[in-house]
Amino acid sequence: MIKQFKKIKGGVILPHNKGTSEIPSKIMPIPELVEIPMQQHIGAPCETLVKKGDKVYVGQIIGDSKQFVSVPIHSSVSGEVTETRKTMLFNGTVSESVVIKADGLQTILPEISKPDISNKENFLKAVRNCGLTGLGGAGFPAHVKLNTKDRIPEYLIVNAVECEPYITCDYRAIIEDGEEIIKGIKLILDNLSIPKAYIGIEDNKCSGAEKLEKLASEDDRIDVVVLKTKYPQGAEKMLIYALTGKKVPMGGLPIDVGTVVMNVTSVQTLARYCETGIPLISRRMTIDGKGVKERGNYHIVLGTYIKDIFEFCKGDKEKTLKILCGGPMMGMAAKDLDMPVIKQNNALLFMTQEDLDFIEESACIRCGRCIDACPMGLMPLTLNKYALAKMTDELEKYNLMNCIECGACSYVCPAKRHLVQSFRIGKELLKKEKVKNG
Amino acid sequence: MDKFIVSSSPHIKDRSRTYRIMLDVIIALMPTAILSVYYFSYVAALIIVTSVSSCVLFEYLFNLIAKKKHSETDLSCVVTGLILALNMPPLKSSILLSIIGAFIAIVVVKMLFGGIGQNIFNPAAAARIFLTASFSSLMTVYVAPFSDGVTSATPLVLVNNGNMPTYLDMFLGKTAGSLGETAAVTLIAGGIYLMIRKVISWEIPVTYIGTVALLSFVFGQDLLFSILAGGLMIGAIYMATDYTTSPMTRSGKFIFAAGLGLMTASIRRFGSNTEGVAYSLLFMNALVPLIDRFTTVKTFGKVKKK
Repeated sequence: MIKQFKKIKGGVILPHNKGTSEIPSKIMPIPELVEIPMQQHIGAPCETLVKKGDKVYVGQIIGDSKQFVSVPIHSSVSGEVTETRKTMLFNGTVSESVVIKADGLQTILPEISKPDISNKENFLKAVRNCGLTGLGGAGFPAHVKLNTKDRIPEYLIVNAVECEPYITCDYRAIIEDGEEIIKGIKLILDNLSIPKAYIGIEDNKCSGAEKLEKLASEDDRIDVVVLKTKYPQGAEKMLIYALTGKKVPMGGLPIDVGTVVMNVTSVQTLARYCETGIPLISRRMTIDGKGVKERGNYHIVLGTYIKDIFEFCKGDKEKTLKILCGGPMMGMAAKDLDMPVIKQNNALLFMTQEDLDFIEESACIRCGRCIDACPMGLMPLTLNKYALAKMTDELEKYNLMNCIECGACSYVCPAKRHLVQSFRIGKELLKKEKVKNG
Repeated sequence: MDKFIVSSSPHIKDRSRTYRIMLDVIIALMPTAILSVYYFSYVAALIIVTSVSSCVLFEYLFNLIAKKKHSETDLSCVVTGLILALNMPPLKSSILLSIIGAFIAIVVVKMLFGGIGQNIFNPAAAARIFLTASFSSLMTVYVAPFSDGVTSATPLVLVNNGNMPTYLDMFLGKTAGSLGETAAVTLIAGGIYLMIRKVISWEIPVTYIGTVALLSFVFGQDLLFSILAGGLMIGAIYMATDYTTSPMTRSGKFIFAAGLGLMTASIRRFGSNTEGVAYSLLFMNALVPLIDRFTTVKTFGKVKKK
């Protein structure tokens, strides 16, 4: 185990609330009905390849796109397509979707076989065929990220930081499927000829770090780096800085500083696909919050409705006020239970009055705590003022687009101002301005 | 269909609140307030009560008349009232003057500029300057502790006559002066409390006092005397650190505090005025927007445009 290279600037110490970390993952039974959206990633949505009445198998491609930035969608159950329609996802995106009535047999597509991995080209193809996206919550197609063209990265950075409170699915993946993680890392290192891999993990997950250290000890290309717990260290740019001391330039990508960052669960999923040929059809999700009784990590097939999970985990509709898809710092609130879960949903938190903070906004007192908390070196209070006044020139000047929306500023604000919310609006204004000016 | 709350992240917040910060400042000022009552008896108590209650009342009335949201509960008006009271000389006339001071501080300097977070000048400093300019005979006469109202000169005046009080007397506040500006010991203790509670940071007080000490050394004055005398302690720890009227960034705070030190030391050395701290505060307050403009923080990964 090695120590972190650099300390990140700013950031906040959060209550961890990782009460589900030591509960072994369980498997949630296949629901009767699943709804699989055609847009489960950043990039072009897939075209539906099946129609009503079609029989589908587990792992069958039911949606695909010719665009580069897109990944195929597979059926997560075996059964019959009952409907194709438009549906709204938790993040407000409206997507085509396929509703499948599961037969409960989970028959795997007969043609499925282990992918042939012999060179970089067919490795990247395999990553795409797996349907892999960033499973840490971003949902960016993995084959696009790994395709660095002629630039060979110096480091593969595996993100096991999981700095959001409540979420423990990455930690459970390390404890339960650590071997696959190391296998996945080796696969990526071998096929992309990357010389070095760092696994970044925070010191509140010591047993996870020890486990990875033991598994990685035989390969000197892989090092486990234990980071001092601080939010938002799991943000890509922060993690790269903490591990290598390199700063991703504003508006740039990790590859600009010779790194590629992959979430630990993504790496594990890739290894499993390469072993079995079964693509990404289910994932481990943390179900927590005082709104549900049976908290823990569950293997859930993609397309399962939130209401089925809620019921299975003995949810209390009276108590639950907010459904968070993701953590409490960056997660989005879903408007109802009738939404399916998709690839990037790493947690569902059913929050009650006790879990949340509802405090009215008051005037900014210029205390400057937000400046100290911002890991990106921004001045949130100034940006807030300009965003509310819609002054786009000033927003540009104060580097609004560099904001990663981690929420550290809103968290520490004593006036409880809705800082991040105003930045989202400000960013939209800037984008519109850009379109207008060509 | 079941509906749930949809709102922007983050969904959790820490426990800090504006009123809690203000409460900490009030707690920090309590020892000084109590000491002033001990030294100057009931007159001090009456000044404090009048000043604080008029500040709260003026803010309440302003919000009522202007039909604004009531902001008195954030306790910032209590802080202003307390600091204003500690800036008054311990005379009976100060009881009445503190009402006028409260009006200037709260209505003119704070609320008319938009309330908390919006005012350009430190309300208490501006009110003190206003009162000194308008009622100079009542504002520049001081009484010594335990003297039952017998007027006496302040250390800053005494030093010119060669009658210096001892350092210990100055440290304990046993000298003539306004209510709270004399006792360094309680002011420093309160300052340390505020730093532990992370309400203020060390940059402004240390730089301000340090600059004054350095310059008085350069000017050939008594170093320890110059930092213990007058309103430097209360000014540096409680007034210069006012969030609204001080710069936001660390580098800005250094510039601001160094400027304050330069102004105060110069006024004391070259001017005849004993109000060095309050005047420097107002002057530097006016420069804060400018300092803020030029001391922005460096954003992560910013590359210079070619």
